[in-house]
Amino acid sequence: MAALISGAGAASMADIVATGETGAAALSVRGLRKSYGGQEVVAGVDFSVPRGTCFGLLGPNGAGKTTTLRCCLGLTAPDGGEIALGGYPVPAAADAARARVGVVPQFDNLDPDFTASENLLVYGRYFGLADAGIRARIPALLDFAGLAGKEGARLQTLSGGMKRRLTLARALVNDPDIVFLDEPTTGLDPQARHLIWERLKRLMAQGKTLILTTHFMDEAERLCDRLAVLDHGRLITEGAPRELIAAHIEPQVVEIFGDEAPAWAKARRALGERLEVAGDTAFFYCRDAAPLLAALPEAPGLRYAHRAANLEDVFLKLTGRELRD
Amino acid sequence: MTRSLYALPRPGLRWLPVWRRNFLVWRKLAIPSVLGNLADPLIYMLGLGYGLGGLLPQVSGVSYVSFLAAGTIVASTMNAATFEALYSAFSRMHVQKTWEAILNTPLSLDHVLTGELMWAASKSLLSGLAILLVVTALGLTASPLALWIVPVIFLTGLCFAALGLIVCALAPSYDFFMYYFTLFVTPMLLLSGVFFPADQLPAAVQAVSGWLPLAHAVQLARPLLHGAVPADAALHVGALLAIAGVAFFIASVLTRRRLLK
Repeated sequence: MAALISGAGAASMADIVATGETGAAALSVRGLRKSYGGQEVVAGVDFSVPRGTCFGLLGPNGAGKTTTLRCCLGLTAPDGGEIALGGYPVPAAADAARARVGVVPQFDNLDPDFTASENLLVYGRYFGLADAGIRARIPALLDFAGLAGKEGARLQTLSGGMKRRLTLARALVNDPDIVFLDEPTTGLDPQARHLIWERLKRLMAQGKTLILTTHFMDEAERLCDRLAVLDHGRLITEGAPRELIAAHIEPQVVEIFGDEAPAWAKARRALGERLEVAGDTAFFYCRDAAPLLAALPEAPGLRYAHRAANLEDVFLKLTGRELRD
Repeated sequence: MTRSLYALPRPGLRWLPVWRRNFLVWRKLAIPSVLGNLADPLIYMLGLGYGLGGLLPQVSGVSYVSFLAAGTIVASTMNAATFEALYSAFSRMHVQKTWEAILNTPLSLDHVLTGELMWAASKSLLSGLAILLVVTALGLTASPLALWIVPVIFLTGLCFAALGLIVCALAPSYDFFMYYFTLFVTPMLLLSGVFFPADQLPAAVQAVSGWLPLAHAVQLARPLLHGAVPADAALHVGALLAIAGVAFFIASVLTRRRLLK
Protein backbone atom coordinates (compact mmCIF):
# COMPACT_ATOMS: atom_id res chain seq x y z
CA MET A 1 0.00 0.00 0.00
CA ALA A 2 2.72 2.40 1.03
CA ALA A 3 4.66 1.45 -2.09
CA LEU A 4 1.58 2.03 -4.22
CA ILE A 5 1.03 5.50 -2.78
CA SER A 6 4.62 6.54 -3.20
CA GLY A 7 4.60 5.03 -6.67
CA ALA A 8 1.58 7.10 -7.59
CA GLY A 9 3.21 10.14 -6.07
CA ALA A 10 6.33 9.62 -8.13
CA ALA A 11 4.27 9.21 -11.30
CA SER A 12 2.40 12.45 -10.77
CA MET A 13 5.65 14.25 -10.04
CA ALA A 14 7.06 12.92 -13.29
CA ASP A 15 3.93 14.12 -15.09
CA ILE A 16 4.36 17.57 -13.64
CA VAL A 17 8.00 17.73 -14.67
CA ALA A 18 7.19 16.45 -18.15
CA THR A 19 4.40 19.02 -18.53
CA GLY A 20 6.71 21.75 -17.36
CA GLU A 21 9.24 20.92 -20.02
CA THR A 22 7.18 20.13 -23.07
CA GLY A 23 3.41 20.32 -22.88
CA ALA A 24 2.97 23.61 -21.09
CA ALA A 25 2.62 27.02 -22.66
CA ALA A 26 5.71 28.81 -23.98
CA LEU A 27 4.79 31.69 -21.72
CA SER A 28 2.20 31.88 -19.02
CA VAL A 29 1.49 34.96 -16.94
CA ARG A 30 -0.89 34.90 -13.98
CA GLY A 31 -1.98 37.88 -11.93
CA LEU A 32 1.05 39.99 -12.86
CA ARG A 33 1.33 43.26 -10.94
CA LYS A 34 3.95 45.97 -10.89
CA SER A 35 3.88 49.46 -9.39
CA TYR A 36 6.27 52.37 -9.69
CA GLY A 37 6.10 55.06 -7.06
CA GLY A 38 2.63 54.00 -5.91
CA GLN A 39 1.23 53.91 -9.45
CA GLU A 40 0.18 50.50 -10.72
CA VAL A 41 1.65 50.13 -14.21
CA VAL A 42 0.65 46.49 -14.57
CA ALA A 43 -2.52 45.79 -12.62
CA GLY A 44 -3.25 42.07 -12.73
CA VAL A 45 -2.46 40.67 -16.16
CA ASP A 46 -3.16 37.07 -17.22
CA PHE A 47 -2.34 35.46 -20.51
CA SER A 48 -0.87 32.34 -21.94
CA VAL A 49 0.98 31.70 -25.19
CA PRO A 50 0.82 28.15 -26.61
CA ARG A 51 4.04 26.83 -28.12
CA GLY A 52 4.52 27.42 -31.82
CA THR A 53 2.08 30.34 -32.02
CA CYS A 54 2.48 34.07 -32.47
CA PHE A 55 1.07 36.24 -29.70
CA GLY A 56 0.69 40.00 -30.02
CA LEU A 57 0.64 42.41 -27.12
CA LEU A 58 -0.97 45.65 -28.24
CA GLY A 59 -1.68 48.84 -26.39
CA PRO A 60 -1.12 52.58 -26.49
CA ASN A 61 2.12 54.10 -25.18
CA GLY A 62 2.29 53.77 -21.41
CA ALA A 63 -0.17 50.87 -21.33
CA GLY A 64 2.33 48.61 -19.53
CA LYS A 65 3.60 46.54 -22.48
CA THR A 66 7.30 47.16 -21.86
CA THR A 67 7.00 46.49 -18.13
CA THR A 68 5.12 43.26 -18.86
CA LEU A 69 7.83 42.12 -21.27
CA ARG A 70 10.60 43.06 -18.81
CA CYS A 71 8.89 41.02 -16.10
CA CYS A 72 8.53 38.05 -18.48
CA LEU A 73 12.28 38.14 -19.20
CA GLY A 74 13.18 38.43 -15.53
CA LEU A 75 14.64 41.93 -15.89
CA THR A 76 12.13 43.49 -13.51
CA ALA A 77 10.90 41.82 -10.34
CA PRO A 78 7.08 41.80 -10.28
CA ASP A 79 5.20 42.88 -7.16
CA GLY A 80 2.82 39.99 -7.58
CA GLY A 81 1.84 37.14 -9.88
CA GLU A 82 3.44 34.13 -11.46
CA ILE A 83 5.37 33.84 -14.70
CA ALA A 84 6.62 30.72 -16.44
CA LEU A 85 8.78 31.18 -19.53
CA GLY A 86 9.66 28.07 -21.50
CA GLY A 87 8.60 26.04 -18.46
CA TYR A 88 10.94 27.89 -16.08
CA PRO A 89 9.65 30.04 -13.25
CA VAL A 90 10.63 33.69 -13.68
CA PRO A 91 12.39 35.52 -12.09
CA ALA A 92 13.64 32.54 -10.01
CA ALA A 93 15.14 30.69 -13.00
CA ALA A 94 15.18 33.59 -15.48
CA ASP A 95 18.73 32.87 -16.65
CA ALA A 96 17.82 29.30 -17.62
CA ALA A 97 14.68 30.60 -19.35
CA ARG A 98 16.60 33.27 -21.27
CA ALA A 99 19.02 30.63 -22.56
CA ARG A 100 16.17 29.38 -24.78
CA VAL A 101 14.87 32.82 -25.71
CA GLY A 102 15.84 35.42 -28.31
CA VAL A 103 15.02 39.12 -27.99
CA VAL A 104 14.69 41.78 -30.68
CA PRO A 105 14.61 44.97 -28.62
CA GLN A 106 12.71 48.08 -29.58
CA PHE A 107 15.84 50.23 -29.93
CA ASP A 108 18.92 49.13 -31.80
CA ASN A 109 21.68 48.04 -29.43
CA LEU A 110 24.04 46.31 -31.81
CA ASP A 111 27.73 46.86 -31.14
CA PRO A 112 28.79 49.80 -33.33
CA ASP A 113 32.48 48.87 -33.14
CA PHE A 114 31.96 45.43 -34.65
CA THR A 115 31.27 43.96 -38.06
CA ALA A 116 28.06 42.03 -38.69
CA SER A 117 29.63 38.66 -37.95
CA GLU A 118 31.51 39.95 -34.90
CA ASN A 119 28.19 41.12 -33.50
CA LEU A 120 26.84 37.59 -33.83
CA LEU A 121 30.00 35.96 -32.48
CA VAL A 122 30.20 38.15 -29.40
CA TYR A 123 26.48 37.77 -28.70
CA GLY A 124 26.66 33.99 -29.01
CA ARG A 125 29.40 33.92 -26.38
CA TYR A 126 26.99 35.46 -23.86
CA PHE A 127 25.00 32.22 -24.20
CA GLY A 128 28.07 30.19 -23.38
CA LEU A 129 28.36 28.92 -26.96
CA ALA A 130 31.76 27.92 -28.29
CA ASP A 131 33.32 30.13 -30.96
CA ALA A 132 33.52 27.32 -33.52
CA GLY A 133 29.82 26.53 -33.15
CA ILE A 134 28.82 30.17 -33.53
CA ARG A 135 31.08 30.74 -36.53
CA ALA A 136 29.54 27.72 -38.21
CA ARG A 137 26.06 29.25 -37.79
CA ILE A 138 26.93 32.80 -38.90
CA PRO A 139 26.53 32.34 -42.69
CA ALA A 140 23.09 30.74 -42.29
CA LEU A 141 21.99 33.43 -39.81
CA LEU A 142 23.09 36.24 -42.11
CA ASP A 143 21.50 34.50 -45.06
CA PHE A 144 18.22 34.22 -43.15
CA ALA A 145 18.36 37.94 -42.43
CA GLY A 146 18.97 38.78 -46.09
CA LEU A 147 22.53 39.82 -45.25
CA ALA A 148 24.45 37.12 -47.08
CA GLY A 149 27.95 38.30 -47.92
CA LYS A 150 27.84 41.06 -45.28
CA GLU A 151 30.01 39.14 -42.80
CA GLY A 152 32.74 41.75 -42.75
CA ALA A 153 30.50 44.80 -43.14
CA ARG A 154 31.09 47.48 -40.53
CA LEU A 155 27.95 48.48 -38.70
CA GLN A 156 28.06 52.11 -39.88
CA THR A 157 27.75 50.90 -43.48
CA LEU A 158 24.42 49.12 -42.81
CA SER A 159 21.05 50.81 -43.40
CA GLY A 160 18.36 50.96 -40.72
CA GLY A 161 16.56 47.99 -42.25
CA MET A 162 19.77 45.97 -42.43
CA LYS A 163 20.53 46.69 -38.78
CA ARG A 164 17.06 45.57 -37.82
CA ARG A 165 17.55 42.33 -39.72
CA LEU A 166 20.95 41.86 -38.11
CA THR A 167 19.27 42.30 -34.74
CA LEU A 168 16.83 39.56 -35.72
CA ALA A 169 19.75 37.30 -36.73
CA ARG A 170 21.43 38.08 -33.41
CA ALA A 171 18.28 37.06 -31.53
CA LEU A 172 18.47 33.66 -33.28
CA VAL A 173 22.13 32.98 -32.50
CA ASN A 174 21.21 30.54 -29.71
CA ASP A 175 18.50 28.84 -31.85
CA PRO A 176 15.81 29.91 -29.37
CA ASP A 177 12.40 28.28 -28.89
CA ILE A 178 10.77 31.61 -28.08
CA VAL A 179 11.48 34.98 -29.71
CA PHE A 180 10.37 38.29 -28.18
CA LEU A 181 10.03 41.15 -30.67
CA ASP A 182 9.45 44.64 -29.30
CA GLU A 183 8.09 46.74 -32.19
CA PRO A 184 10.16 44.85 -34.77
CA THR A 185 9.31 47.00 -37.78
CA THR A 186 9.02 50.51 -36.32
CA GLY A 187 10.91 52.97 -38.52
CA LEU A 188 11.34 50.59 -41.47
CA ASP A 189 10.32 51.20 -45.07
CA PRO A 190 7.59 48.96 -46.58
CA GLN A 191 10.09 46.71 -48.35
CA ALA A 192 11.97 46.05 -45.14
CA ARG A 193 8.74 45.46 -43.19
CA HIS A 194 7.54 42.87 -45.68
CA LEU A 195 10.87 41.10 -45.52
CA ILE A 196 10.75 40.96 -41.71
CA TRP A 197 7.17 39.65 -41.82
CA GLU A 198 8.15 36.95 -44.27
CA ARG A 199 11.04 35.88 -42.03
CA LEU A 200 8.86 35.83 -38.94
CA LYS A 201 6.43 33.55 -40.74
CA ARG A 202 9.32 31.24 -41.56
CA LEU A 203 10.26 31.14 -37.88
CA MET A 204 6.70 30.17 -37.02
CA ALA A 205 6.84 27.45 -39.65
CA GLN A 206 9.92 26.14 -37.84
CA GLY A 207 7.79 25.83 -34.71
CA LYS A 208 9.16 28.79 -32.82
CA THR A 209 6.93 30.82 -30.54
CA LEU A 210 6.80 34.56 -31.26
CA ILE A 211 5.74 37.19 -28.77
CA LEU A 212 5.54 40.65 -30.26
CA THR A 213 4.46 44.14 -29.42
CA THR A 214 3.54 46.52 -32.20
CA HIS A 215 1.70 49.73 -32.97
CA PHE A 216 0.91 48.54 -36.49
CA MET A 217 -2.44 46.86 -36.51
CA ASP A 218 -1.93 45.43 -39.99
CA GLU A 219 1.22 43.78 -38.68
CA ALA A 220 -0.63 42.28 -35.72
CA GLU A 221 -3.52 41.13 -37.91
CA ARG A 222 -1.16 39.55 -40.41
CA LEU A 223 1.17 37.74 -37.99
CA CYS A 224 -0.61 36.99 -34.74
CA ASP A 225 -2.61 33.86 -34.00
CA ARG A 226 -3.86 35.57 -30.87
CA LEU A 227 -3.47 38.99 -29.44
CA ALA A 228 -4.29 40.91 -26.34
CA VAL A 229 -4.96 44.61 -25.93
CA LEU A 230 -3.42 46.15 -22.84
CA ASP A 231 -4.50 49.52 -21.48
CA HIS A 232 -3.85 51.17 -18.11
CA GLY A 233 -2.07 48.01 -16.98
CA ARG A 234 -5.01 45.68 -17.66
CA LEU A 235 -5.87 43.32 -20.51
CA ILE A 236 -9.06 44.69 -21.95
CA THR A 237 -9.56 41.99 -24.56
CA GLU A 238 -7.90 38.89 -25.93
CA GLY A 239 -8.54 36.65 -28.92
CA ALA A 240 -7.73 35.85 -32.54
CA PRO A 241 -7.68 38.99 -34.74
CA ARG A 242 -10.75 37.93 -36.76
CA GLU A 243 -12.67 37.06 -33.59
CA LEU A 244 -11.88 40.42 -32.04
CA ILE A 245 -13.05 42.28 -35.13
CA ALA A 246 -16.26 40.24 -35.25
CA ALA A 247 -16.89 40.66 -31.53
CA HIS A 248 -16.22 44.38 -31.18
CA ILE A 249 -16.93 46.10 -34.48
CA GLU A 250 -19.62 46.36 -37.12
CA PRO A 251 -18.29 44.62 -40.25
CA GLN A 252 -18.24 47.65 -42.58
CA VAL A 253 -16.65 51.05 -42.25
CA VAL A 254 -17.25 54.14 -44.36
CA GLU A 255 -14.74 56.94 -43.85
CA ILE A 256 -15.90 60.34 -45.10
CA PHE A 257 -13.37 63.16 -45.53
CA GLY A 258 -13.76 66.88 -46.09
CA ASP A 259 -14.47 70.12 -44.22
CA GLU A 260 -18.20 69.47 -44.39
CA ALA A 261 -17.90 65.78 -43.43
CA PRO A 262 -18.48 66.03 -39.65
CA ALA A 263 -21.61 68.18 -40.00
CA TRP A 264 -22.97 66.11 -42.89
CA ALA A 265 -22.38 62.87 -40.97
CA LYS A 266 -23.87 64.09 -37.70
CA ALA A 267 -27.07 65.05 -39.53
CA ARG A 268 -27.27 61.47 -40.90
CA ARG A 269 -26.20 59.59 -37.79
CA ALA A 270 -28.99 57.03 -38.29
CA LEU A 271 -27.35 55.68 -41.47
CA GLY A 272 -24.84 53.69 -39.43
CA GLU A 273 -24.83 51.76 -36.17
CA ARG A 274 -22.09 53.98 -34.80
CA LEU A 275 -20.46 57.27 -35.81
CA GLU A 276 -17.10 58.63 -34.72
CA VAL A 277 -15.67 61.97 -35.76
CA ALA A 278 -11.96 62.80 -35.66
CA GLY A 279 -10.81 66.11 -37.19
CA ASP A 280 -12.38 66.43 -40.64
CA THR A 281 -13.07 62.69 -40.93
CA ALA A 282 -16.30 60.91 -40.03
CA PHE A 283 -16.22 57.15 -39.42
CA PHE A 284 -19.49 55.28 -39.92
CA TYR A 285 -19.53 51.74 -38.55
CA CYS A 286 -22.31 49.81 -40.28
CA ARG A 287 -23.79 46.33 -40.54
CA ASP A 288 -25.12 47.35 -43.95
CA ALA A 289 -23.47 50.32 -45.64
CA ALA A 290 -25.81 50.41 -48.67
CA PRO A 291 -28.16 53.20 -47.46
CA LEU A 292 -25.18 55.38 -46.51
CA LEU A 293 -23.41 54.74 -49.80
CA ALA A 294 -26.65 55.63 -51.61
CA ALA A 295 -26.85 58.93 -49.73
CA LEU A 296 -23.23 59.95 -50.36
CA PRO A 297 -23.54 61.11 -54.01
CA GLU A 298 -25.87 63.92 -52.88
CA ALA A 299 -22.87 65.52 -51.11
CA PRO A 300 -20.39 66.11 -53.97
CA GLY A 301 -17.80 67.96 -51.82
CA LEU A 302 -17.09 64.84 -49.79
CA ARG A 303 -14.65 62.05 -50.56
CA TYR A 304 -15.14 58.67 -48.97
CA ALA A 305 -13.70 55.18 -48.59
CA HIS A 306 -15.70 52.03 -47.99
CA ARG A 307 -13.78 49.19 -46.40
CA ALA A 308 -14.05 46.17 -44.13
CA ALA A 309 -13.58 46.73 -40.42
CA ASN A 310 -10.06 45.98 -39.22
CA LEU A 311 -8.06 45.63 -36.07
CA GLU A 312 -7.26 49.33 -35.90
CA ASP A 313 -10.99 50.04 -35.54
CA VAL A 314 -11.12 47.59 -32.64
CA PHE A 315 -8.05 49.14 -31.07
CA LEU A 316 -9.40 52.69 -31.34
CA LYS A 317 -12.81 51.67 -30.06
CA LEU A 318 -11.31 49.97 -27.02
CA THR A 319 -8.59 52.46 -26.15
CA GLY A 320 -10.14 55.71 -27.41
CA ARG A 321 -8.90 58.28 -29.89
CA GLU A 322 -7.23 60.73 -27.53
CA LEU A 323 -3.43 60.93 -27.60
CA ARG A 324 -1.32 59.04 -25.08
CA ASP A 325 2.07 60.27 -23.95
CA MET B 1 32.58 33.44 1.12
CA THR B 2 30.17 30.60 1.85
CA ARG B 3 27.26 32.91 1.18
CA SER B 4 28.55 34.02 -2.18
CA LEU B 5 29.26 30.38 -3.07
CA TYR B 6 25.64 29.61 -2.39
CA ALA B 7 24.47 32.73 -4.18
CA LEU B 8 26.41 31.73 -7.29
CA PRO B 9 25.84 28.02 -7.81
CA ARG B 10 28.05 28.13 -10.88
CA PRO B 11 31.19 29.85 -9.66
CA GLY B 12 32.48 29.77 -13.24
CA LEU B 13 33.74 32.62 -15.33
CA ARG B 14 30.44 33.75 -16.81
CA TRP B 15 31.63 37.35 -16.85
CA LEU B 16 34.41 36.40 -19.25
CA PRO B 17 32.37 36.94 -22.46
CA VAL B 18 31.76 40.53 -21.30
CA TRP B 19 35.48 41.03 -20.76
CA ARG B 20 36.20 39.48 -24.15
CA ARG B 21 33.73 41.83 -25.84
CA ASN B 22 35.59 44.84 -24.50
CA PHE B 23 38.92 43.27 -25.37
CA LEU B 24 37.81 42.78 -28.98
CA VAL B 25 36.86 46.46 -29.26
CA TRP B 26 40.13 47.50 -27.64
CA ARG B 27 42.15 45.31 -30.02
CA LYS B 28 40.82 47.32 -32.94
CA LEU B 29 42.01 50.56 -31.37
CA ALA B 30 44.99 49.21 -29.46
CA ILE B 31 47.82 51.31 -30.88
CA PRO B 32 46.32 54.78 -30.33
CA SER B 33 45.00 53.59 -26.97
CA VAL B 34 48.38 52.37 -25.73
CA LEU B 35 50.19 55.43 -27.07
CA GLY B 36 47.69 57.75 -25.40
CA ASN B 37 47.94 55.93 -22.11
CA LEU B 38 51.70 55.91 -22.20
CA ALA B 39 52.68 59.26 -23.65
CA ASP B 40 50.88 61.54 -21.22
CA PRO B 41 52.21 60.15 -17.92
CA LEU B 42 55.69 59.69 -19.38
CA ILE B 43 55.86 63.31 -20.48
CA TYR B 44 54.93 64.41 -16.97
CA MET B 45 57.34 61.99 -15.34
CA LEU B 46 60.29 62.86 -17.52
CA GLY B 47 59.53 66.57 -17.76
CA LEU B 48 59.01 67.10 -14.05
CA GLY B 49 61.48 64.41 -13.05
CA TYR B 50 64.47 65.75 -14.96
CA GLY B 51 63.38 69.38 -15.29
CA LEU B 52 62.16 70.06 -11.78
CA GLY B 53 64.38 67.29 -10.41
CA GLY B 54 67.48 69.17 -11.59
CA LEU B 55 66.65 71.93 -9.13
CA LEU B 56 66.07 69.57 -6.23
CA PRO B 57 68.41 67.63 -4.00
CA GLN B 58 67.43 64.02 -3.37
CA VAL B 59 63.81 63.43 -2.39
CA SER B 60 63.28 60.74 0.26
CA GLY B 61 66.78 59.47 -0.41
CA VAL B 62 66.52 59.08 -4.22
CA SER B 63 66.66 61.34 -7.27
CA TYR B 64 63.43 63.18 -7.96
CA VAL B 65 62.75 61.34 -11.23
CA SER B 66 63.19 58.06 -9.40
CA PHE B 67 60.84 59.28 -6.65
CA LEU B 68 58.29 60.33 -9.23
CA ALA B 69 58.49 57.01 -11.11
CA ALA B 70 56.55 54.96 -8.55
CA GLY B 71 53.90 57.66 -8.23
CA THR B 72 53.53 57.85 -12.00
CA ILE B 73 52.99 54.09 -12.27
CA VAL B 74 50.08 54.03 -9.81
CA ALA B 75 48.62 57.40 -10.87
CA SER B 76 48.56 56.28 -14.48
CA THR B 77 46.92 53.01 -13.37
CA MET B 78 44.30 55.02 -11.50
CA ASN B 79 43.61 57.21 -14.52
CA ALA B 80 43.26 54.30 -16.90
CA ALA B 81 40.88 52.40 -14.61
CA THR B 82 38.88 55.53 -13.86
CA PHE B 83 38.44 56.56 -17.49
CA GLU B 84 37.37 53.05 -18.46
CA ALA B 85 34.86 52.69 -15.62
CA LEU B 86 33.47 56.18 -16.16
CA TYR B 87 33.38 57.17 -19.82
CA SER B 88 33.66 53.80 -21.54
CA ALA B 89 31.38 51.87 -19.20
CA PHE B 90 28.85 54.71 -19.27
CA SER B 91 28.86 54.63 -23.08
CA ARG B 92 28.16 50.93 -23.01
CA MET B 93 25.50 51.23 -20.32
CA HIS B 94 23.70 54.42 -21.29
CA VAL B 95 24.50 55.38 -24.88
CA GLN B 96 25.04 52.15 -26.82
CA LYS B 97 22.77 50.09 -24.53
CA THR B 98 25.28 47.27 -24.75
CA TRP B 99 24.47 46.14 -21.22
CA GLU B 100 20.78 46.02 -22.07
CA ALA B 101 21.55 43.70 -24.98
CA ILE B 102 23.61 41.46 -22.71
CA LEU B 103 20.88 41.33 -20.07
CA ASN B 104 18.57 39.70 -22.63
CA THR B 105 20.92 36.70 -22.65
CA PRO B 106 21.39 34.28 -19.72
CA LEU B 107 23.95 36.66 -18.20
CA SER B 108 22.89 38.85 -15.29
CA LEU B 109 23.86 42.37 -14.29
CA ASP B 110 26.34 40.91 -11.79
CA HIS B 111 28.17 39.23 -14.67
CA VAL B 112 28.15 42.47 -16.67
CA LEU B 113 29.55 44.50 -13.78
CA THR B 114 32.18 41.90 -12.92
CA GLY B 115 33.20 41.81 -16.56
CA GLU B 116 33.47 45.61 -16.62
CA LEU B 117 35.41 45.67 -13.33
CA MET B 118 37.88 43.07 -14.53
CA TRP B 119 38.19 44.75 -17.91
CA ALA B 120 38.91 48.20 -16.46
CA ALA B 121 41.45 46.64 -14.07
CA SER B 122 43.06 44.72 -16.95
CA LYS B 123 43.32 47.80 -19.09
CA SER B 124 44.84 49.78 -16.23
CA LEU B 125 47.26 46.93 -15.62
CA LEU B 126 48.49 47.39 -19.14
CA SER B 127 48.91 51.12 -18.55
CA GLY B 128 50.82 50.62 -15.31
CA LEU B 129 52.97 47.87 -16.83
CA ALA B 130 53.91 50.05 -19.78
CA ILE B 131 55.19 52.76 -17.42
CA LEU B 132 56.97 50.15 -15.30
CA LEU B 133 58.74 48.87 -18.40
CA VAL B 134 59.89 52.35 -19.39
CA VAL B 135 61.01 53.05 -15.83
CA THR B 136 63.01 49.82 -15.86
CA ALA B 137 64.51 50.62 -19.26
CA LEU B 138 65.59 54.03 -17.94
CA GLY B 139 67.45 52.25 -15.16
CA LEU B 140 65.26 53.76 -12.44
CA THR B 141 64.88 50.37 -10.78
CA ALA B 142 67.17 47.42 -10.49
CA SER B 143 65.56 45.33 -7.79
CA PRO B 144 63.64 42.12 -8.55
CA LEU B 145 61.27 43.27 -5.82
CA ALA B 146 59.90 45.66 -8.45
CA LEU B 147 58.10 42.68 -9.98
CA TRP B 148 55.76 42.80 -6.98
CA ILE B 149 54.52 46.08 -8.39
CA VAL B 150 52.60 44.08 -11.01
CA PRO B 151 49.98 42.78 -8.53
CA VAL B 152 49.97 46.19 -6.83
CA ILE B 153 49.04 47.74 -10.19
CA PHE B 154 46.23 45.25 -10.70
CA LEU B 155 44.89 45.81 -7.20
CA THR B 156 45.03 49.58 -7.68
CA GLY B 157 43.17 49.13 -10.95
CA LEU B 158 40.46 47.02 -9.31
CA CYS B 159 40.04 49.61 -6.58
CA PHE B 160 39.61 52.56 -8.95
CA ALA B 161 37.51 50.56 -11.40
CA ALA B 162 35.09 49.73 -8.58
CA LEU B 163 35.00 53.35 -7.41
CA GLY B 164 34.46 54.48 -10.99
CA LEU B 165 31.54 52.08 -11.46
CA ILE B 166 29.79 53.78 -8.52
CA VAL B 167 30.08 57.13 -10.31
CA CYS B 168 28.97 55.53 -13.57
CA ALA B 169 25.87 54.14 -11.85
CA LEU B 170 24.96 57.61 -10.55
CA ALA B 171 25.76 59.65 -13.67
CA PRO B 172 22.92 61.25 -15.62
CA SER B 173 25.36 62.28 -18.39
CA TYR B 174 29.06 62.53 -19.22
CA ASP B 175 29.24 66.01 -17.64
CA PHE B 176 28.71 64.46 -14.22
CA PHE B 177 32.19 62.88 -14.33
CA MET B 178 33.80 66.29 -14.05
CA TYR B 179 32.66 66.45 -10.40
CA TYR B 180 34.41 63.18 -9.66
CA PHE B 181 37.63 64.39 -11.23
CA THR B 182 37.70 67.84 -9.64
CA LEU B 183 36.40 66.80 -6.23
CA PHE B 184 38.09 63.42 -5.81
CA VAL B 185 40.68 62.36 -8.39
CA THR B 186 42.70 65.56 -8.69
CA PRO B 187 42.88 66.32 -4.94
CA MET B 188 43.85 62.72 -4.33
CA LEU B 189 46.60 62.93 -6.92
CA LEU B 190 48.10 65.86 -5.01
CA LEU B 191 47.60 64.46 -1.50
CA SER B 192 48.75 60.87 -1.95
CA GLY B 193 52.49 61.38 -2.26
CA VAL B 194 52.70 61.02 -6.02
CA PHE B 195 54.57 64.28 -6.72
CA PHE B 196 56.06 64.99 -3.30
CA PRO B 197 56.27 63.12 0.03
CA ALA B 198 52.95 63.33 1.85
CA ASP B 199 54.78 64.29 5.05
CA GLN B 200 55.32 67.74 3.49
CA LEU B 201 51.62 68.37 4.05
CA PRO B 202 50.14 69.97 7.19
CA ALA B 203 49.32 67.38 9.85
CA ALA B 204 45.57 67.84 9.45
CA VAL B 205 45.77 67.17 5.71
CA GLN B 206 48.06 64.19 6.28
CA ALA B 207 45.42 62.64 8.50
CA VAL B 208 43.06 62.64 5.52
CA SER B 209 45.61 61.66 2.91
CA GLY B 210 46.54 58.49 4.79
CA TRP B 211 43.06 57.12 4.07
CA LEU B 212 43.12 57.73 0.32
CA PRO B 213 43.31 54.64 -1.88
CA LEU B 214 46.00 56.15 -4.09
CA ALA B 215 48.16 56.81 -0.99
CA HIS B 216 48.04 53.11 -0.10
CA ALA B 217 49.07 52.23 -3.64
CA VAL B 218 51.96 54.73 -3.55
CA GLN B 219 53.19 53.38 -0.23
CA LEU B 220 53.32 49.89 -1.69
CA ALA B 221 54.80 50.73 -5.08
CA ARG B 222 57.53 53.20 -4.08
CA PRO B 223 59.54 50.98 -1.69
CA LEU B 224 59.17 48.02 -4.08
CA LEU B 225 60.55 50.06 -6.97
CA HIS B 226 63.54 51.02 -4.84
CA GLY B 227 64.19 47.49 -3.65
CA ALA B 228 62.66 47.59 -0.18
CA VAL B 229 59.80 45.66 1.38
CA PRO B 230 57.01 48.17 2.11
CA ALA B 231 56.27 48.94 5.74
CA ASP B 232 52.75 47.88 6.76
CA ALA B 233 52.32 46.06 3.42
CA ALA B 234 49.43 43.95 4.76
CA LEU B 235 47.63 47.08 5.93
CA HIS B 236 47.91 48.77 2.52
CA VAL B 237 46.94 45.66 0.57
CA GLY B 238 44.05 45.08 2.97
CA ALA B 239 42.88 48.68 2.62
CA LEU B 240 42.92 48.49 -1.20
CA LEU B 241 41.10 45.16 -1.16
CA ALA B 242 38.51 46.48 1.29
CA ILE B 243 37.89 49.64 -0.74
CA ALA B 244 37.60 47.61 -3.94
CA GLY B 245 35.17 45.15 -2.33
CA VAL B 246 32.95 47.72 -0.66
CA ALA B 247 32.97 50.00 -3.70
CA PHE B 248 32.04 47.12 -6.02
CA PHE B 249 29.19 46.14 -3.73
CA ILE B 250 27.88 49.72 -3.69
CA ALA B 251 28.26 49.97 -7.47
CA SER B 252 26.30 46.73 -7.89
CA VAL B 253 23.45 47.90 -5.68
CA LEU B 254 23.26 51.29 -7.41
CA THR B 255 23.41 49.81 -10.90
CA ARG B 256 20.71 47.25 -10.09
CA ARG B 257 18.56 50.10 -8.83
CA ARG B 258 19.20 52.01 -12.03
CA LEU B 259 18.70 49.23 -14.58
CA LEU B 260 16.54 46.52 -12.99
CA LYS B 261 13.64 48.67 -11.78
